[in-house]
Amino acid sequence: MNLRSIPISAWIGIIGIALCLLCAIFAPFIAPFGERDVVGEIWAPAGGDFLLGTDNLGRDLLSRLIYGARTTIFVALAATLVSFALGMFLSFTAAVTGGFVDQLFSRFNDLMMAVPTLIFALVVLAVLPQHLWILILVMAVLDSTRVFRIGRAVALDVAVMEFVEAARLRGEGSLWIIFREILPNTLSPLLAEFGLRFAFSILFLSTLSFLGLGIQPPAADWGGMVKDNKDGIIFGISAALVPGAAIATLAICVNLVVDWLMKRTSSLKGGRGDA
Amino acid sequence: MESGPISGPVLTDGVAGETHPRSADLSGVPAKPNPAAATGEIGGSFWRRFVFRRPLVALILQRLGLSVGLLFAVSLMIFGGIEALPGDFATTYLGQSATPQAVENIRKDLGLDRPWSERYLTWLGGAVKGDFGTSWASKNSVSEQIGKRLGNSLFLAFFAALISVPLAVGLGMLAVQFRNRLPDKIINVISLAAISLPEFFIGYLLIMVFAVQYGVATFPATVYDSMTLTERLSAIALPVATLVLVVLAHMMRMTRAAILNVMSSAYVETAELKGLGTFRIIARHAAPNAVAPVINVIALNLAYLVVGVVVVEVVFVYPGMGQYMVDAVTVRDMPVVQACGLIFAAFYIFLNMAADILAILANPRLRHPR
Amino acid sequence: MPELLSVKNLKIEATSYPPGEPPKVVTLVEGVSFNLEKGKVLGLIGESGAGKSTIGLSALAYGRGGVRITGGEVLLNGKDILKLDRGGINSVRGCHVCYVAQSAAAAFNPAHKLGDQVIEASLRHGIMNREEAKKRALYLFRVLGLPNPETFGERYPHQVSGGQLQRAMTAMALCPNPELIVFDEPTTALDVTTQIDVLAAIKHAIEETHTAALYITHDLAVVAQISDDIMVLRHGKTVEYGTTKQVIEAPKEDYTRALVSVRQTKRDEAPDQSGTLLKIEHVHAAYGNGFKVLHDVSMHLSKGQTLAIVGESGSGKSTLARVITGLLPPTEGRITFDGKDLPKALKGRTNEELRRIQMIYQMADTAMNPRQTVRDIIGRPLSFYFGMHGARKTERVKELLDQIEMGTRFVDRYPAELSGGQKQRVAIARALAAKPELILCDEPTSALDPLVAEGILNLLMKLQEETAVSYVFITHDIAIVRAIADSVAVMHRGRLVRFGPKSKVLSPPFDDYTDLLLKSVPEMEIGWLERVLKTRRMESAGN
Repeated sequence: MNLRSIPISAWIGIIGIALCLLCAIFAPFIAPFGERDVVGEIWAPAGGDFLLGTDNLGRDLLSRLIYGARTTIFVALAATLVSFALGMFLSFTAAVTGGFVDQLFSRFNDLMMAVPTLIFALVVLAVLPQHLWILILVMAVLDSTRVFRIGRAVALDVAVMEFVEAARLRGEGSLWIIFREILPNTLSPLLAEFGLRFAFSILFLSTLSFLGLGIQPPAADWGGMVKDNKDGIIFGISAALVPGAAIATLAICVNLVVDWLMKRTSSLKGGRGDA
Repeated sequence: MESGPISGPVLTDGVAGETHPRSADLSGVPAKPNPAAATGEIGGSFWRRFVFRRPLVALILQRLGLSVGLLFAVSLMIFGGIEALPGDFATTYLGQSATPQAVENIRKDLGLDRPWSERYLTWLGGAVKGDFGTSWASKNSVSEQIGKRLGNSLFLAFFAALISVPLAVGLGMLAVQFRNRLPDKIINVISLAAISLPEFFIGYLLIMVFAVQYGVATFPATVYDSMTLTERLSAIALPVATLVLVVLAHMMRMTRAAILNVMSSAYVETAELKGLGTFRIIARHAAPNAVAPVINVIALNLAYLVVGVVVVEVVFVYPGMGQYMVDAVTVRDMPVVQACGLIFAAFYIFLNMAADILAILANPRLRHPR
Repeated sequence: MPELLSVKNLKIEATSYPPGEPPKVVTLVEGVSFNLEKGKVLGLIGESGAGKSTIGLSALAYGRGGVRITGGEVLLNGKDILKLDRGGINSVRGCHVCYVAQSAAAAFNPAHKLGDQVIEASLRHGIMNREEAKKRALYLFRVLGLPNPETFGERYPHQVSGGQLQRAMTAMALCPNPELIVFDEPTTALDVTTQIDVLAAIKHAIEETHTAALYITHDLAVVAQISDDIMVLRHGKTVEYGTTKQVIEAPKEDYTRALVSVRQTKRDEAPDQSGTLLKIEHVHAAYGNGFKVLHDVSMHLSKGQTLAIVGESGSGKSTLARVITGLLPPTEGRITFDGKDLPKALKGRTNEELRRIQMIYQMADTAMNPRQTVRDIIGRPLSFYFGMHGARKTERVKELLDQIEMGTRFVDRYPAELSGGQKQRVAIARALAAKPELILCDEPTSALDPLVAEGILNLLMKLQEETAVSYVFITHDIAIVRAIADSVAVMHRGRLVRFGPKSKVLSPPFDDYTDLLLKSVPEMEIGWLERVLKTRRMESAGN
């Protein structure tokens, strides 16, 4: 792989993600104001001291956006990582073990997937206390059902290959087969899936926060910021659209990279890569 | 992304699936409906004989049964699974600072002192009859509220589907027609962006532009009983537009992939080599085989629509099921949450089942058994 | 006679999109010219990738995928069809020139009845009306020997067998009464016993209807039965072009000579002197769903010898290999290895027992992990079974590479960087690394081109002489059995039909199935097909 072969669309995505990550990591150094400081009037227009204006309490929108990147990306990434670890572990175990374990895991996964993710989250979050780690865990568990499905399919695709059979005939153990024979051959599609899940996590977290069930105020996060400022819309104040645009931009960037990864995977498989 | 459980990768029973990828009959004799039945062991049970004689009916019955079972399991999960979670209804309902006495009172008040299995059976028995108990917060009948709001939500979803389905299929076909050329690439990039937009962002953007700046649409999208149909339609114009934008991109991309798959098949090549015209190839050779996957795509996306309704209703303050549920979740009004959750899940399962059954019906191998 | 089809200096290119690199233009065919007279058959023969299908499709002015015809002329009755517009080409396709694909199962539309598809082109081109077309289809179904020709057209493609579909495809091509038919490997996907019937039917039908044909195949023996002229292709270029008699009996080029002589290697069986290594007694096996695949199979193999298991697809020959390896434990019966009972299931076997039996697969592509280098692939059994590592392991890997006649420069290559034959050699080295006493070879040469396959067989024989390893060699190819086996087992539908020393199994008196199998294998001899058909007719007349 060389850098030249990466299409422009993927470059846009990579740069956008890098920018968001920079904001997230160096938020205190970049943001002109504090995350929770009331610094001006309510819904001050953009320009002057406040590059993007102020929010419903008079906090600087740009600063909150930068700090919000931190919360949003951290929670979404944490949820994706946990969901991936969980989904991959269970799916590979199911695929390699087969038989009863596979049936049990798969049936239970089917059951979990029979309820739409958002509805499931609403029901569960209605009962559980509001903590950040509970939110991450709920998101991760719900998302891991999707990871489980694709992980199992991919692992089964590879597991029936003859080189895996050859390893079993040699007498290799399950760990060797998973980590040395199957995993290296599934990295590419799984990487694309990771991106897809991450984009979905960002949107999902934002939706939950927007509904008032995600990250709790006064911490800044993009979905919550939309909720805070939504009442301004009727008065023509666009403060709610700014964090909304940020969510959309990050999700688009991630999807652009995923799109490229998927095309790459399909052409590696010898497919026509245009479907 | 949101695809149902039933249409998922079908489980192969371990050995049979993995043993013989190579010796699969190259000459193209298709899989028999049931290997055991086809090898002459037809004498088995009644069901086995039935599967052999009427594979289509059997498959559909199987799907129906599966969906009912799934719905039952989901009801168990929505009710029982929540019980198993850490935390107590009464405590979370009142907040951490509540006195033990208050907690005890509310437990009794809400009937939480009875064992959960008993409460579940009462609840399920009621749910089957359409009675979901009374709301903790408002003390109103949940079923009554849902009855009104479900109609509103379906009204919204129906018009969103009415517009998005033909549009998505049309755009998908357009993208196939211009595959890998400029129109296709433009559609691809735009749809990729559209997939990434959160529903509420689209919603507020539309409000900002059409309701606030130009004043051509109404916000909030309140509907009430005395409204005429035209008034209603103008009220839901923006929410419908939002929903359409949300599902359109997904549906279009999947339609494109489904049609492309058919167009690159060997039998379309055969038709081309017979010297048939483009129109005849598409109408006679591609379309009959593309119907099943496209119908599947539509049903899956309608299922997605049901969920999209939740956020859109909150954005537009539309009196539907979604808003009802979200409100109930914030005040932890469990009977409402459980009822709404079950109904949403039921629609989701039903649409996935419909997708499955339609795909089975459209498969000539199953319609004309050997 | 005037020329029907005249191809001049054909050049065909395609654009490939290698991942991570800019698109490349590849030349598939260059400088190919030939002539075909009315009613004659030209055989196009070559290995995979020789460009024969691409040339065949150029007679319909068609390029598959990204394939483009960039140079030369394709004259049909003197008119260059490459210069026609879309409408002009459509009036040629399905009317003057028709096509029979390799996989009829994929080429028929699953949504329509066979009869409708067979007559479609005739109707759309206005060659005949529905009644006439149906009558002609019925006639063709009869000529092609399809069962119940009156009702055959009412069936859907998935309701008939592969051999019948292939014949129906031929009927579809013949129906509009074309001047030329392009047959693209029409019998390759079929079993040998089915192949001979389809071949005979095609030959009979084109003779009956005086249609000219381009017959594309990789099997010289097949093409010798059916064509008047033969063109041998390699890497998109013409190697040799002449009459069938000349090409088969007096080939001019080395490459053609090699193709002709491949099947003539024979080896006498070794006397059964050493002890028994593998003994299979009354083995039954079934899949997890209860489907029985092996019924009461017994055979044995002596040390240092080769047992060939022959049969068509579905005969259970590969399943038997899986039973021996323990991947599919038998439901009944026992397997003894070197005098000791072999545990039925893979899990019950010790590493030492596993080491002594190794396996070579048909597809070397899928049998090797694409993410491992040759060093890792061959080195793993060394460290796994013998605890070798470091310099000693490297040394041994190089020795093994020498043994399989590949240089040490391949040590750090990935499978994708090797040719098909080289991959299979690496797979053999991996098996050898375990110092096995038995190697199960599951059709190791059937995916390879004939010359490469010959090299692999010779290597296996050489290794047997050097290391006294035994082989169980699974194949559908009688010629290979003749070439390498000491004893032979013939299998049919999960049962053992015949077993014994090669000289006994392959000489009369035969049982019915072995007789059919042996007689169905095309021989490199003009007139073989007629002779077989004649004896068949005599036999059926005698009954």
